[in-house]
Amino acid sequence: MNKQLFNSSKEIRQDKLGRLLVYSALTVVLVLALAMLYFIFSKGIATFTQNHINFWDFLTRSNWNTDNLQKPDLGAWALMVTSAETTLLAVLVTTPLALVIAIYIVVMSPKIGGRIVQPLTELLLGIPSVVYGFVGLTLLIPFLRNWAGGTGFGVLAASLVLALMILPTITSLAVEALNGVPQSYQTFAYSLGCTKWQVIVHVLLKISAPNLLVAVIFGVARAFGEALAVQMVIGNTVQLPLGLFTPAATLTSKLTTDMGNTIDDTLASNALWSLALLLLVMSLIFNLLAKLVLRRSQSRESISR
Amino acid sequence: MNRYRVNQIMTGILNGVTLLVVLFIAAFILYLLASGMTAINWRFLTTSSEVGLGIRDQLFNSLYLLLLTQLISLPIALGAAMALTLYVDKRSKFASFAQGLIQILSSLPSIIVGLFGFLILVLKFNLGFSIISGALALTFFNLPILTQSIAVSLQGVPDEVMQSGLALGISKWHTITKIILPEAMPGIWSGIVISAGRVFGEAATLIYTAGQSAPTLDYTNWNPLNPASPLNIFRPAETLAVHIWKVNTESLGQDAATVSRGTIVILILVVLLFNLVARYFSTTMRKKVGR
Repeated sequence: MNKQLFNSSKEIRQDKLGRLLVYSALTVVLVLALAMLYFIFSKGIATFTQNHINFWDFLTRSNWNTDNLQKPDLGAWALMVTSAETTLLAVLVTTPLALVIAIYIVVMSPKIGGRIVQPLTELLLGIPSVVYGFVGLTLLIPFLRNWAGGTGFGVLAASLVLALMILPTITSLAVEALNGVPQSYQTFAYSLGCTKWQVIVHVLLKISAPNLLVAVIFGVARAFGEALAVQMVIGNTVQLPLGLFTPAATLTSKLTTDMGNTIDDTLASNALWSLALLLLVMSLIFNLLAKLVLRRSQSRESISR
Repeated sequence: MNRYRVNQIMTGILNGVTLLVVLFIAAFILYLLASGMTAINWRFLTTSSEVGLGIRDQLFNSLYLLLLTQLISLPIALGAAMALTLYVDKRSKFASFAQGLIQILSSLPSIIVGLFGFLILVLKFNLGFSIISGALALTFFNLPILTQSIAVSLQGVPDEVMQSGLALGISKWHTITKIILPEAMPGIWSGIVISAGRVFGEAATLIYTAGQSAPTLDYTNWNPLNPASPLNIFRPAETLAVHIWKVNTESLGQDAATVSRGTIVILILVVLLFNLVARYFSTTMRKKVGR
């Protein structure tokens, strides 16, 4: 009798078990994240600590030669420049188009926009990256070859493939950003006699500017991290991209082509991890930038209220 | 030029550019479907890539990997999302640390996840190029995304629901499992389906974890330990997306293009199906909230 009274009830035991379960699930996710960051970091710096490659040389030289172990000539400069160039070109092409589509969906014709335009761009979001790579390979490259000569493989082909890939990313985030502007602001501006274009420029774009910037940052991050589609069309030659039609290699495409041929704990493998570390740092920077922009816009909003 | 004229011109340009882009996207998708339809026939779907040019085994591998990945990642993601939204104090340092970490993990380029999986699972744990390596690597890729989307749909349930449950003397666990979870279910389902679409088309994570070869499978052999059995998790398993990448980088000539086009149609149809299902769940969600 006594024993039964002091035992906790079934409900309480279940409650404790549930708490234990959810916290252990969270622990698994966090441990995984930390393990991944730790691994990339410790492996990534092994090139400089174990193989004694000069860190500054690694950042500024453009040759990728891991075969000669006595005097390795290793540098990621060309890869970084190519990554930056393809990403930048892609974003420059896509951002204006994505903004126009987002404005159309939110302001010009929400009905057609919501029923046709938005689902169509979302469908683009779901198409796997290898499909974009394949289309680049079979349609874009022959076209570029006929139009400009050369092989067609290169920076421009990669940028155009990336441009199409990040169009849905930027568009859907931009739609969210524009929808975040309260409807009453629009109505108010119309009642003051503004034209549609004035409402778009002076009210919608102005107020949602920070969130639109975040949309672009996420587009940049996606383009920067994309591997296979780029690898299929860029030509995979480590050199500084002097022209739009120079075959080149990005950080991600180099990882893709070399990953399978390396043996663990050799210079060739450590050097690839250093590239992964560079990618990780860039991805952290993009995250941080997005956070900063959002925080600034939020603090500004709370002041104006 | 007065502002009405400017308005006319600019809105005209907006409409025109949108129309052009929409036509372009529609043409792009129709081209993919139309050019691949001719490659699809019964033989293509039912023969092995080693004998004919079929994709039977790749199709099975894709579905099997998707199933395993979701089976592993769903309980963990659900638990983590519940902990983040319903247990941890949202203003605490730990909460923002955990959320930041998950955000970083979810924005990591997938090729890095593949590299990590290759090193840890394939080499360190000696799992080789296998289904289990692939499923675990895909789980690494999938977990943060799924956790975030489940957390969002759990946050959509008002705090008052939890408070009224507790006020009635129902335990927290009981309130969550019997009231909050059913309420958030359509949102959770739509999150699962969207993540399934991403996992289904993922290739960068898989090329060096699940491998790039598809040994011919014997579908009458249901012994999970036999290498020819489709259920065996220690055999290499090339998926549809990886297949497209492989045949094009190995350049098999005309066959590569035909095989890829057919495979792309299957991939797009599956993604389209997932999109429709997700849309269905999110409309049920909206109806539920509007109730």
